[in-house]
Amino acid sequence: MSLLEIKNLHVTVNGQEILKGIDLTVNAGEVHSIMGPNGSGKSTLAQVLARRDAYHVTEGTILFEGKDLLEMKPEEAASEGVFLAFQYPVEIPGIGNTYFLRSALNAQRKHRGLDEMDAMDFLPMFREKLALLEMDDKLMNRSLNEGFSGGEKKRNEILQMAILEPKLAILDETDSGLDIDALRIVANGVNSLRSPERAMLVVTHYQRLLNYIVPDFVHVLVDGRIVRSGGKELALELEEKGYGWTEAERQTAGATA
Amino acid sequence: METTLTAVAHGETKLQSWLENFTDFEKMAAGRSLPWLHRLRSDAFARFCETGFPTTRDEDWRFTSVAAIAKTVFRPAGAAKLTAEDVAPYRVEGAAAQIVFVNGRFAPELSHLGSLAKGLTVASLRERIESHPEEVAKHLGRYADVRRDPFCALNTAFIGDGAYVHVARGVVVEAPVYLLYLSTAEDAATVTHPRNLIVAEDESQVAVIEDYASVGGEAVALSNAVTELVAGESANVQHYLIEREHLKAYNVQTLRIQQGRSANIASHSLLLGGGLVRNNVHPVLAGEGGECLINGLFLGTGRQHLDNYMHVEHASPHCGSRQFYNGILDQQAHGVFHGRIVVHKDAQKTDAKQTNRNLLLSDDAQIDTKPQLEIYADDVKCTHGATIGQIEENALFYLRSRGISEAEARKLLLLAFAEECVERMHSTVAREHMEGLIRGHLLFMEQAPRETSGPRLVERNGLAIAGEEIG
Repeated sequence: MSLLEIKNLHVTVNGQEILKGIDLTVNAGEVHSIMGPNGSGKSTLAQVLARRDAYHVTEGTILFEGKDLLEMKPEEAASEGVFLAFQYPVEIPGIGNTYFLRSALNAQRKHRGLDEMDAMDFLPMFREKLALLEMDDKLMNRSLNEGFSGGEKKRNEILQMAILEPKLAILDETDSGLDIDALRIVANGVNSLRSPERAMLVVTHYQRLLNYIVPDFVHVLVDGRIVRSGGKELALELEEKGYGWTEAERQTAGATA
Repeated sequence: METTLTAVAHGETKLQSWLENFTDFEKMAAGRSLPWLHRLRSDAFARFCETGFPTTRDEDWRFTSVAAIAKTVFRPAGAAKLTAEDVAPYRVEGAAAQIVFVNGRFAPELSHLGSLAKGLTVASLRERIESHPEEVAKHLGRYADVRRDPFCALNTAFIGDGAYVHVARGVVVEAPVYLLYLSTAEDAATVTHPRNLIVAEDESQVAVIEDYASVGGEAVALSNAVTELVAGESANVQHYLIEREHLKAYNVQTLRIQQGRSANIASHSLLLGGGLVRNNVHPVLAGEGGECLINGLFLGTGRQHLDNYMHVEHASPHCGSRQFYNGILDQQAHGVFHGRIVVHKDAQKTDAKQTNRNLLLSDDAQIDTKPQLEIYADDVKCTHGATIGQIEENALFYLRSRGISEAEARKLLLLAFAEECVERMHSTVAREHMEGLIRGHLLFMEQAPRETSGPRLVERNGLAIAGEEIG
């Protein structure tokens, strides 16, 4: 059984069809990259997988470990092991970072029938992950993402991922707005989480991140459809030729179909 | 027109019942032989008879109708016995003193007034009037505005009992003084007029918690309380108000603050209970360099009506006032924030700020927010702003996407919104006490049955009045 199986997925947002029939299978241990121009539906796919209800699935199925993901609420999908690193992490004044992380972890543990983790067990693990992402623990005493720089917010997403240890991690444009040092730190964090049990879906506009997080598969999403799939070399080809190339190819394909 | 006339005529018969109450009261009142006190009461009563209860035609009462109070015949609440067990749930751990009033009467057997710090006096006002009339006469009734506010006039007419707190010059009282007002259910509608006098002499420091609660069943009751808080030069006073009476209770509160030079005062209000609540906070920054923080949180549900009327008077130069009120309203609750700032001619270099933020959790909840600036000086800075919104869908989704349930995520977000007010509270004992009450109440609000669930929380910016700057 595949970890994630998307079949003929059609999604509309505010009455407009954004995804027009996506098929994608991801197995445990694999890293897939979804590339595409702005507005192609990459982020929509990421949000649908995290179960945001503003997106309406009009057709198709998504199975996660054989279970119907579309039946799950966001918190259920999260507890089953789906994690979305947000393109724009939300600032929430008044909710402390550390408190939030422990609440989230314990909510998920509870869902899985595990005991809640007390502060004594949580802290050493937490410190270890903070070090991995080279984050200042002073940030953790602050409110969730409040006043964080763009890079700090993205690192905080990966920190959350490191603590929650999902089965499927979806990174939505995690590289956007990062300088090269921050990019390296984020990529190190992500790479340290690669394992045979875990799959990753790396959504990005640029090839740059894929120099650090090397994918097993690359899919090109244009206008709500996957127009090409291939290995990591496809990303390089795209970088060289630009998205116009796939667009031209899609139109040719459309003409012959 | 006919209905108006009927209402007036009807109103007059009710005033008749107040006259009977007053006549009975005067025969027994504490200090009735003191000419100044007799005059204070009878002048105030005369004023009340002149004006009657306010109507929504009065600008100060535009958003709050007290017709339900005006048409009710209230009897003075009778004496009632409560046990230490009844009072136990209300105790504040770590308080310097606790004084308990049951139906407006001092209950010495329930109060803890032993071994007070040197320089701190906590007593029943009634007893203090009898034992130290000249000390009380220096301040009582000198600040509360009986001309403008009929409820203040009524309270002043019925000055009987309440708390007397005095802090001597230079004395610092670390733990808060706790004042508890309990009303018990009776068959008929009852009224109490708690009257408190808090005097902090020069360079003293104290925190006071006033807590209004009901015990037993729900019956119509009016708590019409007035507190005069007098702060000397460089005094530091933190005042905390908790309103948590049952939903049939009417609660009209007035906190009148008189600030001396460089005094630093904070008023923190927490409105949880009461069916119809009017919370008046009226500081007068009378001495130069004074600072006043007016901080409040109101949480309404059901059909609660919670009105916060601020009247901040800058009467001296170089004073600062900051108002922050946050409201969370669910179901058909109605909130009001009326923020009046008056800057007198001589009050140059005034820095006055006002912010009112509101979360509406249902389509039927309502908030009226109204700034009112009257500025007669020319070198001042006054800002005000108000926002009305709903729980942010983005934030809710973010929390849920990490595994936190929708109910828990909503609770966290509401708590975070309330926390802004909690963080401004200085006294650790009071803050923790208030925080516990807020947590419990939000849980209660969230668990109350509601009609809809699901995508009710569509993002909507709602009305946002941007901070308009004047000066």
